Parts: sequence; C-alpha cells; structure tokens
Amino acid sequence: MKNKSLVSINDFTRDEHIRILDLAGNFERRPKQRILEDYVVATLFFEPSTRTRLSFESAATRLGARVIGFSEPGSSSVQKGESLRDTIRTVSNYADIIVMRHPREGSARFASEVSRVPVINAGDGANQHPTQTLLDLYSIRKTQGTLDNLNVAFIGDLKYGRTVHSLTMALCNYNTSFHLVSPAELKLPSSVKMHIKERQLVYHQYTEMSEVIPKVDILYMTRIQKERFQDPMEYEKVKNSYILRNSMLDNAKSNLRILHPLPRVNEITYDVDDNPKAYYFTQALNGVFVRQALLAAILGVVE
Amino acid sequence: MENTDQRKELKVSAIENGTVIDHIPSQSVYQVLRILNLTEYNDQLLIGTNLESRKMGKKGIIKVSNKFFKSDEINKIALVAPSATLILIKDFGVSEKKKVEIPSRVEKIVKCFNPNCITNVEDVVTRFEVVNKDDLKLRCHYCEKITAKDTMTFK
Ligand SMILES: [Zn+2]
Repeated sequence: MKNKSLVSINDFTRDEHIRILDLAGNFERRPKQRILEDYVVATLFFEPSTRTRLSFESAATRLGARVIGFSEPGSSSVQKGESLRDTIRTVSNYADIIVMRHPREGSARFASEVSRVPVINAGDGANQHPTQTLLDLYSIRKTQGTLDNLNVAFIGDLKYGRTVHSLTMALCNYNTSFHLVSPAELKLPSSVKMHIKERQLVYHQYTEMSEVIPKVDILYMTRIQKERFQDPMEYEKVKNSYILRNSMLDNAKSNLRILHPLPRVNEITYDVDDNPKAYYFTQALNGVFVRQALLAAILGVVE
Repeated sequence: MENTDQRKELKVSAIENGTVIDHIPSQSVYQVLRILNLTEYNDQLLIGTNLESRKMGKKGIIKVSNKFFKSDEINKIALVAPSATLILIKDFGVSEKKKVEIPSRVEKIVKCFNPNCITNVEDVVTRFEVVNKDDLKLRCHYCEKITAKDTMTFK
C-alpha cells in the first residue's frame, strides 16, 4: 500500500482492506503513536466538510504529523481561479500525502495522476468516499466479530447515497445478504444490484422497515432528502415510514447494531441513542483509527 | 454492374496507395475526419457524402492517399461509424479489407455526459473503458459514470 493513492474503494484489494482494518485495531488500542513526526499531511477541502476534515486532522495529529491546508476554497488560491492541476502540483511539493475533498466527480482520480505524492479521496462529489466505507467495514467487523455471511439492511435513500453504493460493493466480498428498504423512487441503482448478482449474492427489496428489523445483524440508516423527490407530495407520504424509533427494536436480534454515516436529521429518534444497539457515534470515532491506519500504511511507516 | 462501378469512379476517383474508409453513415463523415485528425491532412484526401449505396441507402466514403492507420487509431471511428469498412490500397489494387472494431478503451474523442465530471470543468483528457460493446456503454475513468450511446457527444 506504500505510496498508493486511495481514490475509489476498489483501488485496494480485499486483503488490503483487511490489513487496514487490522492496523486500525492497533490504533484503537494505542491511539497516540508519534510515528509520523517527520511528515507533513495536506488537507485540501475544496468544499467544506468539518466532520471529515477534523477526523483526518485528528488522525494525523495523533500520529505526530504536521497538518497544512485549507478548509474551504475561499481561503486559498483556488478562489483566484487556480486550476486543480496547479494547486495539486504545488501542494505536492510541500506535503508527503494529500487528503482532498472536492465537489466535482473524478477530481480525486485526476489529482492522483498529477500529484507527486499519494492522494486520499475524502469525497469527490457524488462519486466516492472510500474512507467512510472502510470505517463502516471496521464498525461492522468490530460489532459482529466478522465480516462474513452477515445480513445487512440499508434503509432510506439508496439511490443517491454514495455511502450505500460503495459499502454494498465492498460487502460483496464477504457473502453478505442484502435487505434494501426504500421508497420506490429511491431504490438502489440497477448498476449496483447488477454487481450483487454478478457475485452470486442475494438482495431483497422492501418498502417497509418493520419486517426487516428481526432478520438482520446491521441496520444501516440514511437520510432522505426532500429535494430528491420530483413530487413533494410523495415525500410527505413516505417521510415517516423511514424513521427508526426505539419501540421498533423490541424484536431485533441481540447482536443487531445501528449504523448511520451522520449527520442525522430526524431518521433516528433520540430515544434510540441510549439503546446499546445504537452504534453511530462510536462508528464516527472509528473513522479516526481507520484514517490513522491509512496514513501510516500509505506513508509506509508500518509494515 | 461494370457500368455502376465506373460511374462511382467518376464521383470519387481512385487513389494509388492509401486507405479507403467505406460505408460511413453520411452524417458521420466529418466526425470521422476529425477523429482521425484528417482535417489538416497535407496529402490527397477525397471525401464523398450522400453517395448511393445498396446496403445503406446513402453512405459516405473517405479516401486517404499514402496513409495506413494503426488499428487502435482507426478503431476509434467505430463509435460513430460501426458499419465502416477499411480497404487498404496498394498500386491501385485492393491489398486488404477489414471491418472496424469497437476498441476496449477510448481516449480524448468522447465527452463525459456527466456535467459535474472534472473532465467537463477542467482541461483533462477524457478516458473511458468500454464496458459494453453491443449496447455501447463507456465508463469514465474519472467520475466512474456510464456514458451510453444516447448521451454520447464528441469533443
Ligand atoms: Zn466523467
């Protein structure tokens, strides 16, 4: 993995994913290891995303690295009309690795081709967000003890959620059974369903959440946005059907855990937060360990 | 038969050495010229459009003197002219005939259909992998979205 950019979840093999998860486990046990003291990490946020940026900066700082960069394009030469190509070429002279988020799809792949140093994609438009996928895998393995043969339900907007698409692709390596719960307008795209079928795995589609809850090990919730509906009336009709309440978890399996990429709006009620099955805040914390693992592995300071 | 052939010869004259690209859909002739960088070709170039064809109704033809294309170069035109045939001419005679084939990779000539793709915002050479040759589908190397036949435009 040394010097390898991570743009798309499929850039790393299944074995490399596992290696990152194992390393992340080490960092969870010992989060402060000053193994990157001689390194500079650049975080270039061409669109703001406080959560993701802080998670990366926390990961880098805990390893002793120096962090440079910008948190929004307004405070950089980007606003003066500098091309992405030139910004990346310049910054790759100052840093050992670049973490970037950009509103255009394909920007991270392009950056990885013009950069002298490896690039980690922290989100390129609606396309990829591979570190989110790795922290989701880490959270699943951590709560279930394995990634193999699990029943995983995805709830909500399965059409536009890049998080759901790339986690689904990654889980296809582990003999997962998929349970897809969404309004008819927001079903998982056929390209992703094709991928499940090609791997000889099964998926079931539902419009109701209740019958799925007792069957699954992981309940992955997502936010449904009003703007995604052509007809606002349609949104009004379905919006309450995809809200998880504590009372709905009575028949759930004891090992069930609830994940959510955050931020949530109203799709999980606050009374769920105290249920031991709620895992979404820990999931976010796991992101720091996974990002530590990625920085260390790509910079080649761990085997 | 003899007669129609002769009349065709009058419309577009023969070349001594080079390549004839036949059975191009008439409306694609200029696109083929652009794809093959022939718009500024310095040697003899003969172009015919709206010629009668028993197979196609109307067809286009391009004759390029003293030029033999590499197959990955010529296969690019399969995207706009899948029916095209190539005839290699040596000493006024046909030395070889072949069909064009859809390539497995396409660079530069096609635009990504996704308006939010970096290739449509910044000066980036487009690159695609052909994921379906029968029902033409190209996956963008950058944004990973699929440009299909009905959304395909050329640079
Ligand atoms: Zn694209």
